[in-house]
Amino acid sequence: MGGGLGDRALRSPHAFLRDKSGARVAELDKTHSEVGVPGDWTYASAPESRDIVHIRDRYGYYVGGEWLEPAETYETIAPRDEEPLAAIGQATPEDVGRAVVAAREAFADGWSSLPGSERAKYLFRIARILQERSREFAVLESLNGGKPIKESRDVDLPLAAAHFFYYAGWADKLEYAFPNRRPRPVGVAGQIIPWNFPLLMLAWKIAPALACGNTVVLKPAETTPLTALLFCDVLRQAELPAGVVNIVTGDGRTGVALVEHEDVDKIAFTGSTDVGKAIQRQVAGTGKKLTLELGGKAANIVFDDAALDQAVEGIVNGIYFNQGHVCCAGSRLFVQESIYEPLVAKLERRLATLRIGDPLDKNTDVGAINSAAQLEKIRELVASGVEEGAEIYQPPCILPEKGYWFVPTVFTNVAQSYRIAQEEIFGPVLSVLTFRTPEEAVEKANNTPYGLSAGVWTEKGSRILWMAQQLRAGVVWANTYNRFDPGSPFGGYKESGFGREGGRHGLEPYLEFDE
Amino acid sequence: MTRLPVKKTYKLYIGGGFSRSESGRTYEAEGQNVARASRKDARDAVRAARGAQTKWASATAYNRGQVLYRLAEMVEARVAEFAELCSGRDEVERSIDRIVWYAGWADKLPQVLGGSNPVAGPYFNFTVPEPTGVVAVLAPDEPPLLGLVTRVLPPLVGGNAVVAVASEARPLAAIELAEGLATSDVPGGVVNLLTGRHAELAPVLTSHMDVNAIDIGGANGDASELERLAADNVKRVVHGRADVQSPWEIAAFLELKTVWHPMGQ
Amino acid sequence: MAQAPALPAGFELPLEARLPRIGAVDAVALEERAASLAKRSIKRDAKVWALLLAIRTTDLTTLEGADTPGKVAAVASKARRPDPADPSLPSCAAVCVYPNLVPAVRERVAGTSVKVAAVATGFPSGQYPTAIKVADVRATVELGADEIDMVIDRGAFLSGRYAKVYDEIVQVKEACGDAHLKVILETGELGTYDNVRRATLLSIAAGADFVKTSTGKISPAATLPVALCMLEAIRDVYEETGRRVGFKAAGGIRQAKQAVQHLVLVHETLGPAWLTPELYRLGASSLLNDILMQLRKERTGAYQSGDYFTLD
Repeated sequence: MGGGLGDRALRSPHAFLRDKSGARVAELDKTHSEVGVPGDWTYASAPESRDIVHIRDRYGYYVGGEWLEPAETYETIAPRDEEPLAAIGQATPEDVGRAVVAAREAFADGWSSLPGSERAKYLFRIARILQERSREFAVLESLNGGKPIKESRDVDLPLAAAHFFYYAGWADKLEYAFPNRRPRPVGVAGQIIPWNFPLLMLAWKIAPALACGNTVVLKPAETTPLTALLFCDVLRQAELPAGVVNIVTGDGRTGVALVEHEDVDKIAFTGSTDVGKAIQRQVAGTGKKLTLELGGKAANIVFDDAALDQAVEGIVNGIYFNQGHVCCAGSRLFVQESIYEPLVAKLERRLATLRIGDPLDKNTDVGAINSAAQLEKIRELVASGVEEGAEIYQPPCILPEKGYWFVPTVFTNVAQSYRIAQEEIFGPVLSVLTFRTPEEAVEKANNTPYGLSAGVWTEKGSRILWMAQQLRAGVVWANTYNRFDPGSPFGGYKESGFGREGGRHGLEPYLEFDE
Repeated sequence: MTRLPVKKTYKLYIGGGFSRSESGRTYEAEGQNVARASRKDARDAVRAARGAQTKWASATAYNRGQVLYRLAEMVEARVAEFAELCSGRDEVERSIDRIVWYAGWADKLPQVLGGSNPVAGPYFNFTVPEPTGVVAVLAPDEPPLLGLVTRVLPPLVGGNAVVAVASEARPLAAIELAEGLATSDVPGGVVNLLTGRHAELAPVLTSHMDVNAIDIGGANGDASELERLAADNVKRVVHGRADVQSPWEIAAFLELKTVWHPMGQ
Repeated sequence: MAQAPALPAGFELPLEARLPRIGAVDAVALEERAASLAKRSIKRDAKVWALLLAIRTTDLTTLEGADTPGKVAAVASKARRPDPADPSLPSCAAVCVYPNLVPAVRERVAGTSVKVAAVATGFPSGQYPTAIKVADVRATVELGADEIDMVIDRGAFLSGRYAKVYDEIVQVKEACGDAHLKVILETGELGTYDNVRRATLLSIAAGADFVKTSTGKISPAATLPVALCMLEAIRDVYEETGRRVGFKAAGGIRQAKQAVQHLVLVHETLGPAWLTPELYRLGASSLLNDILMQLRKERTGAYQSGDYFTLD
């Protein structure tokens, strides 16, 4: 017996397969039409009911455990259809001042001196209540932010609750976290969060701050305040002492007032690099502690030996998750030239199966763009990509008439110098570039002022570890992408910011040490 | 008749070589003419540091520890010379001991500062500290030797390359240290020492887009303007104290990298 | 008999440009993808459509040592008319039995669209000489089987004798004549998804009309990730060669909800072209009644009891 498959296949390179298939396919098509099967299987819409959420007409600020009436309001809307949802307060510097005073009083009146084990129990309570009310929060998050319900249900809410659980456990163990240092709380933390993961970012900020004994004034993003405001009801149910957490709403002016307030000891900001720089300048010379979690332009690098179908899932998850409104999105795809064509073909085909539409439909994969302004920015950058000569692919799909929508987009033939390969788009837009060797991949990946995250896809273990070491980024996902966990530190190198959130390292920004 | 001694020309230490300021300027300190580094000298020093950093960082931790221990040996061999340039023998000995202390941290940092993280899923997840890159240091005026050692060793042991500006009033100890560095195994460019006016050099280094972190503990006067400049590339700003010894001093110049990998069959 | 040589290392590489790369499968990501597709919410019309399709693609199966002509005839009747109370329901695709019972089924389904499928090649272990397996197939075809469900030699596969596995499939395919060949991988014994993918491509290259997950005698059987892994290999073959290979999920699918999840997997991986009995089959026995109960629940609005549905 000799030969084996190798010889045989070389002798008749698939003539057998092709001849056979030609005949069968024709025959099949005939059977197919005879049976009268509907051409496509259209999933009936499966909307999550929004009745579970009660939205008030008007919201003030949550300060010292009370609702303060705003003097001026703006409207927050649902990006899926521009439906007005509620009037939201535009907090003035005076409003912010009241919140800081409340936080300072709560800090001095007992919160900072409460035994860690007691603080822990408040955080455990919050975590449990978030779990119990998770469907309500998920619906509100999708309604106000535009993200698919399956993401807010399966990612944002479980992770937000998990964050409170994780840091609850640290509250009475801080002395073990930093050997030979005596930790104490910083004081009043001013926290400014973005609109892409409104409740999750709130959890990332509030959980460690409270665990460490600080009090908080938090400003949610202008366009997505509702889950933060609903969270105040969780605080009420948890019986958290008044003033420990205060929520003020408004646009960038409110944020500036919070950063500038003299009695704030620590600023934590997640958002764009431009605003982060402005905050770093504002804080200069004040002695305030600062952590910044800023933008990114992550490289997602696929080698020719990667598990391709899973890599495609990772690429899709990397850039179309949450409409690409993710600071660590894998927006630059680097493909080894030897698999460029099959990979791009697989990617484009996969794109065509994405379901774009109502964020509240349980089958929606890609929801609405968060705001008109963000949509405009995405459009502008995509136009620049076309103009600079990149080749654009967008799967055919029908978008709703109202609301803010953008079709998942892939650019091929992209040069490093194009704006779409350099600037953070913060939308469902992927730029595909190529490389030949691992070294070239590293050089190109690192050739950016950002350094938040990176992805590597290869089956070769030693190459994974080498790549992980070479990439200048705070998070490296190897053979996976966009994974988050409260125990896993997250944060950037270079202009992607400093400080870490998550894990033991996430405590440090909220502590001072008597050494 | 007493012999007239040959006096030393006090130069900058950039990229492993001794050079005068490209500006040709000097200033008088401790009775000597000392090079007064210019903006361009600072730029050259940053360039040298950037060029040397990757290799220094990729040396094994064991090797970095040995190289720094060797530096302590070099200083020990010159105790008498150093003693004359600072507050005395005690300061020199403390400086040597501090170098040895930090040298020993090189191969322990990842164990103390990093670790593996238990995530809720089939993933292996670990965090390792890595150098932030090029670090600029404004050394405190006093103590001239111990202050410089205290501020330079933490970024150095972590794998960063350093551009340090010596005590403005008492720069001679720094130049002596440069000579120790040059004869040690610390690769050229990994530590660069400038002498000159802090007020002139600090803004250049703080606004330099290829400097990743700056220790402004030795800045004279109001540091707010320096902190503002540092924001241009989101520099890490450290207010280093002149006499402190802790692994957390090293941590201030490190980044934390977290790596995820699935665990499956 | 000399041992067939293991394939040269070149097997790992594309044999030629149009053959899909063997490649690797990442288990965690595959399972996550399968789990995310399982969460698709299939309601109302879409659900009824899927349940009817599930009936039309079912190979109603009985594979017991105790099977008799009477027992399989009853199963065949059920396949022809799944719910006597609702004649509008379609028939199953086939009845799947052991070779000796083919004539009894043949007789009962004569003149209908229901096919006769039989397991062969020393089912379920496949641990028999090749000549006996081929003879088994020839005899089964002569008994009147339209479709042959063979098992691969897992012992040969797991010991790296891929060529033996390949050659056996080629010979069985030849022995099948006009009968359609489904190749059972018995994925529960293959250990890794890499092996599942490799065995899928090997079977297709050797001439399989269908690839099938399991015998039903081993657990785990047709899990969603295994199905997804095989569907992706089928997709790669289609994209590289234009050849459409069918897929049969068998073993452990007992509830209508699972069947719908499997259909979603096919729909989103291979597209609507594969949602037909010519290219897709569900191997099952107790599944059918659960589907019937679901359909009647959709029609009447009331949850159902097993007492109102015949066992076979």
